[in-house]
Amino acid sequence: MASQVSSSTQPAGASLAAPRAPLTFQELLFQLQSFWAGRGCILEQPYDVEVGAGTMSPETFLRVLDSQPFSVAYPQPSRRPADGRYGENPNRLFKHTQYQVILKPPPANVLEIYLESLAAIGINLRRHDLKFEEDNWESPTLGAWGIGWQVMLDGLEITQFTYFQQCGGIDLDPICAEITYGLERIAAFLQDVDSVYDIVWTRVPLLGAAASESSAAGAANASSAMREITYSQVRHLEEVQFSAYNFEYADVEMLWEHLRLYERECGQLLAGMERPGEAQDAAEMRKQPILPAYDLCLKCSHLFNLLDARGAISVTERVGVIARIRALAVGVAKAYARMAPAVQPATT
Amino acid sequence: MPDLLLELGMEEIPARMIAAAEAELARRVSDLLTRECLAPLDFAQGEGRDATAAVVSFSSPRRLAVLARGVLSRQPDREEQLTGPPWKAAFRDGEPAPAALAFAKKVGVEVAALQRISTAKGEYVSATVARPGRAAAEVLADLLPKEIAALSWPKTMYWRARKPERFVRPLRWLLCLLDAAVLPIEFAGIRAANQSYGHRILHGDSPVDVRRPADYLSQLNSAFVMADPAARRHRIRKALDAAVRGVPGARWREDEALVEQVTHLTEWPAVVRGDFEPEYLALPEEVLVTVMRDHQKYFAVDDAQGKLAPHFLAVLNTEADAEGLAIIRHGNERVLRARFNDARFFWNYDQKTPLAARIDQLKTVTFQKNLGSYFDKSQINLRTAQAFAAAVAAHGVSLDREALERSALLAKADLTTELVKEFTELQGVIGGLYARAQGLGDTVAAAISAQYLPASMDDPIPLTAEGQILGLADRMATIVEMFSIGLEPSGSKDPFALRRAANGVIKILAESSLPLTLTEVQRLAEQQSERAPRDQEGGAVSAFLADRLNFYLREVRGWDYDVVNAVLAAGVTTVPDAIARAQALTEVRGTDDMLAISIAFKRIKNILRQAREQDAAAAVGEIVDGDLVEQAERRLHAETRDRSPQVETLRARHDYAQALECVAALRPAVDEFFDAVMVMAPEAHLRRNRLALIASVLGNFSRIADFSEIAPMRAESRSPEQASR
Repeated sequence: MASQVSSSTQPAGASLAAPRAPLTFQELLFQLQSFWAGRGCILEQPYDVEVGAGTMSPETFLRVLDSQPFSVAYPQPSRRPADGRYGENPNRLFKHTQYQVILKPPPANVLEIYLESLAAIGINLRRHDLKFEEDNWESPTLGAWGIGWQVMLDGLEITQFTYFQQCGGIDLDPICAEITYGLERIAAFLQDVDSVYDIVWTRVPLLGAAASESSAAGAANASSAMREITYSQVRHLEEVQFSAYNFEYADVEMLWEHLRLYERECGQLLAGMERPGEAQDAAEMRKQPILPAYDLCLKCSHLFNLLDARGAISVTERVGVIARIRALAVGVAKAYARMAPAVQPATT
Repeated sequence: MPDLLLELGMEEIPARMIAAAEAELARRVSDLLTRECLAPLDFAQGEGRDATAAVVSFSSPRRLAVLARGVLSRQPDREEQLTGPPWKAAFRDGEPAPAALAFAKKVGVEVAALQRISTAKGEYVSATVARPGRAAAEVLADLLPKEIAALSWPKTMYWRARKPERFVRPLRWLLCLLDAAVLPIEFAGIRAANQSYGHRILHGDSPVDVRRPADYLSQLNSAFVMADPAARRHRIRKALDAAVRGVPGARWREDEALVEQVTHLTEWPAVVRGDFEPEYLALPEEVLVTVMRDHQKYFAVDDAQGKLAPHFLAVLNTEADAEGLAIIRHGNERVLRARFNDARFFWNYDQKTPLAARIDQLKTVTFQKNLGSYFDKSQINLRTAQAFAAAVAAHGVSLDREALERSALLAKADLTTELVKEFTELQGVIGGLYARAQGLGDTVAAAISAQYLPASMDDPIPLTAEGQILGLADRMATIVEMFSIGLEPSGSKDPFALRRAANGVIKILAESSLPLTLTEVQRLAEQQSERAPRDQEGGAVSAFLADRLNFYLREVRGWDYDVVNAVLAAGVTTVPDAIARAQALTEVRGTDDMLAISIAFKRIKNILRQAREQDAAAAVGEIVDGDLVEQAERRLHAETRDRSPQVETLRARHDYAQALECVAALRPAVDEFFDAVMVMAPEAHLRRNRLALIASVLGNFSRIADFSEIAPMRAESRSPEQASR
C-alpha cells in the first residue's frame, strides 16, 4: 500500500532507477550483520539455549561485566511462552527475533551510527518521522537495568536503545550501549504488510515442475522466475505447536522438577566457585564452570516462563521463584566479575 | 555590556523533564549573575522570547539554553571586612601573637593593618581586604560548570568510563559565548565551543557556528530547530487546526497535556492527519482514545456532533515532501490499525471468559505479598461494602444491595483480561464495559466502571450510591490492611498511594449524600479485616484520615487553616457537616463579635489549663447559684443557660449560620465578665464557682467549632508557620 501511495503522488518519470524492492527478512538480517561488522563488531551466532531476550545471551549478560572493550552483534530468537497466540494474532509471537548490538564503550556518536544503520536497511529518514522517546529498561530476574529510549519510526517502536547501568546486581563500568532491533516489526514495516506471517522471508528460484509450469504458462522470464517464501511458511507451525505445548500440554509437575534440578545443579556449581581468600592462578580461574552455570540459570528462567504461561505459579510462589532465579543470575555475575580481572590477557 | 549564551547539547532528554530543567537552568544562571555582581540592576527573568527580560531560556529534546542580555563585563571592585580571632588571643600586651600573624597571612594583609572591632561576642581582630572585581569571563568559566552539574533530574545515568558524573543523558556539546568570545567552560569531558547542532535529519551532523548570542535563535531556526518551546507549542496548535480542516465540521480533541508532551518531543514540528476504518468505531471510545493518546500520542478528532470520528492527528518531528508525508501518514495509520486490531482481538478473546468466571483467576494475581491476592482483596472489599451498605440502609438510604455485592466481587476481575494487561490505565473502565456487554446490568457496570474515581482531586466521584460505596470500601479496606502490616506512608514515601486513596475517601464522603462518618467507615472497615487492630480511635489510621480531611478542607475547599483547625477540633461527625461548619465559620470569622469571642475562649482555655495545673480538680463541679456574687457573672451564667439550648437546637438543624450568630451575641456578657470579675479570686469557693462557670461556657459553645483556634488577625496565608511570623 505504501508503494501505491508513493507511486500515486510521484510525478510520472520522476524516478529513473527502479525503486528497490523492500528487503526480505533474511536480507534485513544480512544488512544489519554487514553494517555492524563494518563498525567493528564481532558477529556472533544466536545463543543456543532458550532465552527471552538478546540481553540474556552470555555475550551480553556476562561480557558487559568486565572492563575490556567489547563490541558484538548477533540475532537472537527470543522465546516468550506467554505471548504465544497459536499463530492467530498478526503481531504477537511466542518466538520473535531480536537483533542485538552491544558497544562497550559506546562511541560519542553512537546515535548517529544507529541512524546510519537505518539507512543501511533502506529507510530514507528524510521521508520518515523519527523520535527518541524515554524508555528505561529493567529486568528484575537479571538484577539489571538501564536508561534509554524506544525509537519510534512513523509511530512504530522499531528499536530499544539502552545504556546499561547495572547487571546481575553489579554496577557497570564502563557503561555499554545496547541496541535491540525487533526484526519482525521492522520487516513488516519495510514490506508494508499487516501481519508478521505475510513477511517475505526470502525469494527462491522456481524449481522443477513449478518452473516449467510457469514457463509453459508464459511467464515473462522463466529463468528468473522466483517464488516467495513467507514467514508463515517458515515459522507458523512452530508458533501453533509451541503455543499448544506452552498453554496445554506442558506437564506442570515435570516442569517444576526440571526447574528444581537445574536450580540445584547451578547452585552446586556456584557454591563450588565461592572460595574466598583462596588464591588461584589464572588457569584455575579460567577453568571455573561459570558459563555452564549460566546456561543452567537460563534454563531455570525459561522454565519459569513456561510455568507462568501455564498459569501454574501461585501468588506466593511467583515472587519467590523470581528471587531464586535472580539469586542464580547474581551468583553467576559475581563469579564472572571475580574471574574477569584475573584472566584479562586471555579476553583481550 | 555583553550577552551570555549557554547551551547544553544532549542526547534526547525525556520530554517530561525538559520544562522543569529549562526553568532551573535559567534560575541558576540568573542567580549566579546576581550573586557574582554581574547582573545589571534591572535584571529580570522571563521565558522564551520575552523582550523585556534580561534572562530568557530555550529548550528542545536535544538542548537546554539560557541567554542573558547585558551582563556586566566585569565585577565592580569591592572591599570585604573579615573577622579573625578574638583580640585577646591575637595581641598580648600589644604584641601580635601567633594567632594574629596567622590570620594576617591567611587574608593577605600586613599585621599592622589589622583592626580591632567590637561585636556582641566581644572584641575581635578584623581586616579590610580589597576584592578587585574579576572579569565576567573568568568568573563564569569558574562557576557555570558547577551550576550545570547541580541541575536536578528525576532520573540520571552514567555514561563515561570510571563514571565521573551522573546526568540525565550523555552531554554531547557545550556552546558558551560571551558576545562573540567562547567561554572555555568544561563539563563531563566536553569543552565549550561556539558550535551548536541542528535537527538530526533535516540538518544532519554538521555543526552550526553561532556568531553571537543574539543570533542563536535565528541560526538554529535555519538548522531546522525551533529552540523556543512556546513557538513550537504555537506552531503545533496551528498545524493541528489546519490538519483537521480537511474534515468538514471536525475538531481535534483539546488535550493540553498531550500538546505539552509533543512540544517537548519535537524540534521542528509538523502535523499529519491519518484515518482509520470506521468499523473500529464499534470498539469502546475509551479504548480507542487511550490507544491514540497514551500509546501513540495522537490527537483524537470529533465530528461536527462531537462524536469520535475515524481520524487522528500525529505530531511529527520533521518536514517532509508530499511523498514523505504520504509515507509517514501511511506508516502511522498502519501502526494504529495494528493496535486497534490487537484491542479488538483482546476484546473478543476476553469475552470467551465472562467476568464471573474470572473471580477464581484472581487467586493468581498478587495484591500485596503479605495481604494476598486480588481474590482475597475482593473478599474483604465485599465484606466492607456490605457493612457500609448496612450502615447506610439503617439511615434509610435505598440501595441495590445485590448489585453492590455483585460489583464488589467482580470489580477486580478485569485485571485478568488481556485488554487490561494491554491498557492498564483502563482498569475498572474495561470491567464496566464487559459487565454491560455481559448483561450484568447498568448498576453493576456503573459501579465497576467508576471504582477508581476520583483518581485525583479534579475527578468527579462515582455517580451512583453503589459506585460510591464500592469506591469507599476498596480504599478503606486497603488503608486499614496496609496500616496493619506497617506500610503506612511516611514523609515523601507513599508507595501504595494511600494518601490518594484517603483523599478519594474524603472526597466521596464530602460530595456524596452517604450518611457515613469517617469514624464509622474506619470502624466498619477495621471490623472486616482480620489483621487490623480494633477500636483504634486516636490511632494511626484515624490520625491519617483526619490529616487528609484537614488537607481536603484547606487545599481543595480553600478554607483558612485556623478555620479548619477550629472545626476539626470540635470533632467530626460527617464530612459534609464539617464542610457546612467551616463554611459558616468562614462567613462570621471576620466580625468583631466573633473575634472577641475567640479571644475570650482562648483566655478561658488558658485560665482553665493553669488552674488545672495547680489543682487537678479545680474546674470540676456544679455552678452554685448562691456563689455568683457579681452582677457580671450572674449575667454570663443566665445568658449561657438561655442561649445554649438555642444554639443546640440550631446546631441540630445544621443551621450553623444562625447558631454562630447566637454564639457571637454572647460577646457583651463575656466582655463584661472579664472586665468586672477576677476568676482566680482569693476565696476558694468563688474561684471554684467561676472556673465552673467559664468551663460551662466553653463546653456549651464549642461544639460547632473550637473558637480558640481562630487566629486574631485574618490570616493572609493558610499556613500556620507563615501566619505566626
